Amino acid sequence: MNGVPEYILKVDKLITSFETDRGLLRAVDQVSFTVTEGKTVGIVGESGCGKSVTAMSIIRLLPQPAGRILGGHVYFKGRDLLRATDSEIRKVRGGDIGVIFQEPMSALNPVHRIGRQISEVFRLHKKISKSDAWDAATEMLKLVRIPAPEKRMMDYPHHLSGGMRQRIVIALALACRPSLVIADEPTTALDVTVQAQILDLMERLQSEMKMSIILITHDLGVIAETCDEVVVMYAGRVVERASAEELFAHPLHAYTRGLLHSIPTLETPSKSILRTIPGMVASLADHTPGCRFCQRMGRSSAGSRERPGFAEVSPGHWVETCPECYKP
Amino acid sequence: MTALPLLSVSRLCVHFPVRAGIMLRQTGAVRAVDGVSLEIAPGETLGLVGESGCGKTTLGKAVVRLLKPTSGSIRFDTTDITLANQRTLRPLRRNFQMIFQDPAESLDPRMSVRSIIEEPFIIHGIGSRAERVRRVDALLDRVGLPSSAAERYSFEFSGGQRQRIGIARSLALKPKLIVCDEPVSALDVSIQSQILNLLVELQKDFGLSYLFIAHDLSVVKHVSDRVAVMYLGKIVEVATAEAIYRDPRHAYTKALLSAIPSTDPAARRAKILLEGDVPSPIDPPAGSAFGHRIHHPRYGETIGMDLALTEIEAGHFVAADPCCITEDDWRKVRPVPHA
Repeated sequence: MNGVPEYILKVDKLITSFETDRGLLRAVDQVSFTVTEGKTVGIVGESGCGKSVTAMSIIRLLPQPAGRILGGHVYFKGRDLLRATDSEIRKVRGGDIGVIFQEPMSALNPVHRIGRQISEVFRLHKKISKSDAWDAATEMLKLVRIPAPEKRMMDYPHHLSGGMRQRIVIALALACRPSLVIADEPTTALDVTVQAQILDLMERLQSEMKMSIILITHDLGVIAETCDEVVVMYAGRVVERASAEELFAHPLHAYTRGLLHSIPTLETPSKSILRTIPGMVASLADHTPGCRFCQRMGRSSAGSRERPGFAEVSPGHWVETCPECYKP
Repeated sequence: MTALPLLSVSRLCVHFPVRAGIMLRQTGAVRAVDGVSLEIAPGETLGLVGESGCGKTTLGKAVVRLLKPTSGSIRFDTTDITLANQRTLRPLRRNFQMIFQDPAESLDPRMSVRSIIEEPFIIHGIGSRAERVRRVDALLDRVGLPSSAAERYSFEFSGGQRQRIGIARSLALKPKLIVCDEPVSALDVSIQSQILNLLVELQKDFGLSYLFIAHDLSVVKHVSDRVAVMYLGKIVEVATAEAIYRDPRHAYTKALLSAIPSTDPAARRAKILLEGDVPSPIDPPAGSAFGHRIHHPRYGETIGMDLALTEIEAGHFVAADPCCITEDDWRKVRPVPHA
């Protein structure tokens, strides 16, 4: 790498596997995508498609000892995080890359006060005094718009509602003013009105702090509302990648189309029969090289024998070119 | 004269005691359901939406008498089941069943799928052994599972298939009403649509009525004939699914609808962002609960006021609450002051 990197993050042919009783499961199978500075990239897919594992591989937070990164590169600001030492990655994690987890109750320590948990981030990353860290933490609570922040600093997580807890987790992730935030299903556990609050907050903080976001979700609505670019994953692989406008207007891969058509919207006629994707999400255990979506559809055509290519079919629009699932 | 409702609930309250101290004396009550009235016609789906903690599941459990109501009345067909005891309820129960949110938790892992679906027949003494085998196979086929599924255990199945097992069990006794409590919210998007299609088909085939509880408003719109919006133990608006989405009248309904993320990036709508969270049902505000949340200037007026549902247009009911409806609507529904 020379000069200024084009992207803040570039994931290149990432492979992550898990060691299980049934052998090695390839949860992430040569995933590549990029994140441009100041933009939001959404990773969407159903449970088990590898979206969270992709995110956790970037910051090397895989469950140990089962999870292993077997190949690829993750360039963050030009430096390969997969080759960084443990102490280097610890500085990046929570420092220049913030993480927002899905379940705020399990991301927070139940036996420590909110104030202590946020100041800890400053103490670890900035080497400042206890009282300065406390003041900085109070500032963070103001930033995420928590009413009466001085009072809340003394609360324990169980004192707060789900929405408030998620704000605390956001405050933790943003404490060191990261340039990239990884948000893993940040609103899935929340009610719709609270979800709208949190998404609005993240959007405002993003423009205030000029950060990039990787947003992982299964909710296509959330993607459409917040993302600039979208990566669609199925069974460990990226099947389609495009700008949000392009993807929702012209979905090309059969899986993306199936997903978009199977959710009822307010415009769908009542009690009409919805389009469905037959079968179930592929199991990662029966690993075959061919197109994974063809397997689900029960096709035994050419696409199922060898792995389809991944090509840019129009500017910025990439799709897995299985002859059955993508028909130009 | 409209057809007789299958289920009619009137001024239903379900309160749970809050106990404290060594003697566990009752110090208060959670007013989970607080004065709800609703009706469901034969073959109709009533959608029930609201945020977590608003009491929608409690209401669902109460109408099939899995919970004992504190006051009010529940009438099923022509029978009052409000205070019926277990013995009188049992023969009635075949008429109303429930499908639960988490199929993993509502199916016994130590029972084979056959015994799970067969159990209702045994309890109600229906059919010989051979007859029951036949019926279970027919039910499995109806919900789209192979008959080989019968000898397996629920944990061997995926979430969507488990939900099909739950649906087969609820259909066993040919009920008239099924309470569906978030039947698809634990499922993946592509599986959700399979289950929704199944529920819609079954309704057509068997003339079922559904009370469909969910927090996903697009899903509720899709399956419902009418929709009731619940907020802190009370229903604040009821109308046909079409009317409530086209022309919501209550401020909370409007906020809920605007919060649904649209799948069209070109149409990112301006959101009505609500401050704060749903207040606690242990100590609800004295007046309009939603007016209190949005700090409405007319909140004070609503203390002690009867905020009952009032018909604002044919079939469209909204809480008569000056904080939550427009000035025009308030003039229409305002209780006539005494001379």
